[in-house]
Order: sequence, then C-alpha cells, then structure tokens
Amino acid sequence: MQTLERVDVRSNVLDRMTLTERLVSLLHNGEAVIGGIGNSNFDLFGAGDRPENFYMLGSMGMAVPIGLGVAMAQPQRQVIVLEGDGSLLMNLGSLATVGMVAPPNLTIVIWDNGCYQMTGGQQTPSGATTDLVQVAAASGIANSHWAQDEAQFERLMQESLWSPRPSFIAARIEAKPSQSHPEFDPVILKDRFMRGIGAKPRYGC
Amino acid sequence: MDWTEITLDRLLRQDVRLVSYVPDQALAKLIDGFESHPETRCFTATREDEAVAIACGGAMGGVRSVTLMQSSGFGNIANVLASLAAPYQIPVLMIITERGILGEFNPVQTPITRVLRSTLDGLSIPHVTLDDPNRVEFLVDRMASQCFNTQLPAAIIVSPILTGGKTAPGSAPSKRAA
Repeated sequence: MQTLERVDVRSNVLDRMTLTERLVSLLHNGEAVIGGIGNSNFDLFGAGDRPENFYMLGSMGMAVPIGLGVAMAQPQRQVIVLEGDGSLLMNLGSLATVGMVAPPNLTIVIWDNGCYQMTGGQQTPSGATTDLVQVAAASGIANSHWAQDEAQFERLMQESLWSPRPSFIAARIEAKPSQSHPEFDPVILKDRFMRGIGAKPRYGC
Repeated sequence: MDWTEITLDRLLRQDVRLVSYVPDQALAKLIDGFESHPETRCFTATREDEAVAIACGGAMGGVRSVTLMQSSGFGNIANVLASLAAPYQIPVLMIITERGILGEFNPVQTPITRVLRSTLDGLSIPHVTLDDPNRVEFLVDRMASQCFNTQLPAAIIVSPILTGGKTAPGSAPSKRAA
C-alpha cells in the first residue's frame, strides 16, 4: 500500500502504551477517564485498572459525547476522553458541541495512527490529509495541540487538568495492537464506573 | 396545560437536569422550558446518536438525563442504543416526536416511523405513545420513574394527535386534535 506523506502534521511517532501509562501516572484526584472503543480503552486497562475508568465495548465515535455528559454531570471532577483517530472521524460534530458548551473540566486525547489498526490498517483521512488538531481548534476548542514527544505530552496533560477551558491533545502513534483488554461485561463496567465516580454508593456503604 | 407544559413539569419534578437534543418544531416549547430552567443544562447535539451518548454520560455521572429528537432522527441512533444504552443498562429517557403519519406530506418521513416501535421492541427498550392529553401526566411520570429506577433506557413517543404534526409547505396549519 502506498504511504502518503502527512504534510500537515509535523510530529514524532510515539508509543501509545507509553503515553497512556504516563497519562495514568498523572491522575491523583479521581479523574474520570473514558476509554474509546478498541485499543484506546485496552491500553487504558493495561496501564492499570482504576474504578474511575469507563471502557467502551461498542458505540464507535461516542467517547467524546459520553465524556461531555460526565463532565456536565460532575463539574468538580476532571474528565479525560481517550479516542482513536478513526473513531473521532466518525463523529467530528462532537468537537463542535464541545466547543460550544466549553466544559472547563474536559480533556480530549486523540491517538492518531492514521489507520484503522484493528481491522487491518486501512488508511484514515487523518493518515492522509486531515489535521485533527486544526479541526478541533476550528471547532472552537482553542486549547488544541499536537504532542511532539512524551515530555510535551505530559506537560500538555498537566496544563489541561488545570485549564479553565476544554483541551484537545493529539499524538501521532505507532499502529500497534494492545496486549490486554478489560472484561467484556458492560453492566459490570458501567456499575463499577458509576461507583468509582460517586454516582452510586461504593460497595459495602 | 398542554402536553409540553405537563411533560416539562413532570420531568423537572423527577430531577431531570441534563437535556441533549436535536430539535423539532413540535419540541420547541419543551426545549424553551428546559433552557429557561436555572438548574438544567439543555443544549443541542449535532446528531441524535451524539445526543443519546451525552445523556448516557450524564446518567452515568449521576444526573438524570433526557434526549429529545424527532422520529426521522431515530434512524441515526440504532447503534448507540444497541451497543451503549441497552447493553450497559444506562437510564436515558428519549422523547421522540412522531412524523410520517396522520397527514404526512413528505414521503421520506414515513419509512422510519414504520420501524420506530419495532426497533425499540427488538432492543427490548420500553416505550409508550402520548396521544391523549388526559394521560400525558401519568405516562410521562411513570415512564420517567421506570427508566430511572430500573436503570434501563426508555422512550416516550409523541403523536401528531398532540403536537399537530407538520403540514405541507404553503398550506394552512391544522389544529391539534386535542
């Protein structure tokens, strides 16, 4: 397959699992994390399971609106969405909604490998011509950046957790499959998440 | 009170505080009611599946959440219901204004309404239809409490008998039946 040069995106290609581990290591205040379908939530699980994690087993493209809903429901809690480029491209309109609503406690992290890794590596538009950071900025999320390396990713993440505006951080990543995944039991995953973020009492209380 | 005032009153009494929607003329008054309520966040989504996912997030965050759409937009939400709201058992309440029947003028509005209820049935999502002004309060109240207490999605379909439906461009608007 011919590989197109991505002229609009000047960023190093990073390791998704390493970045996910760095992200999780920054979470000390019960931050809710929404893991998008596929590798995004598989690596989130692999980086160390937390009760404040929500794992999507389906509904491709819906990680950002789910995160927006959680952020609206719990304005005191930081909410982080992890989503792949293919999933985000399915629902670019959600960036416009986030831009309009502007929840200060929402951070969107995009793992951009330029392809549909899990289905055989078919190219996405972001692997060819679309710059997702520019799309996010044009959608009204002014605080939108490419992470050029691991250190900058960590810095952008830290800034986003304090920023009074929503943030969008994208990283170009290698097209690698995940090594683990959460249990495929949606009711348990939901119930644990709700108790983890205080929407239901903790077990035993 | 008409159906929008009763529905707004019952849902606010049941502590609905997050409303995501794709609009319909027949929903405009209900949307205005939610938007003017100081404790309720009410805003548009770009698509109906996005609206359902926002409400799912709100519900999981512990806030009772409702999604508003018209029946044509129901065609956009099969996957988010089938792979999020239904299997995760997330209590999102949908209010769907019905077109495609009772004097519809636009042929493309009719097919989706024909499969609206059978799709909900196939997903085991309970639904009721509001078509009698005397039963609006009871049905809205009970469907909302059933949705929130059983932690399962549910739908309230609003018939043109209550909304007046939509008349052909250029024609005089018809009166509501009730």
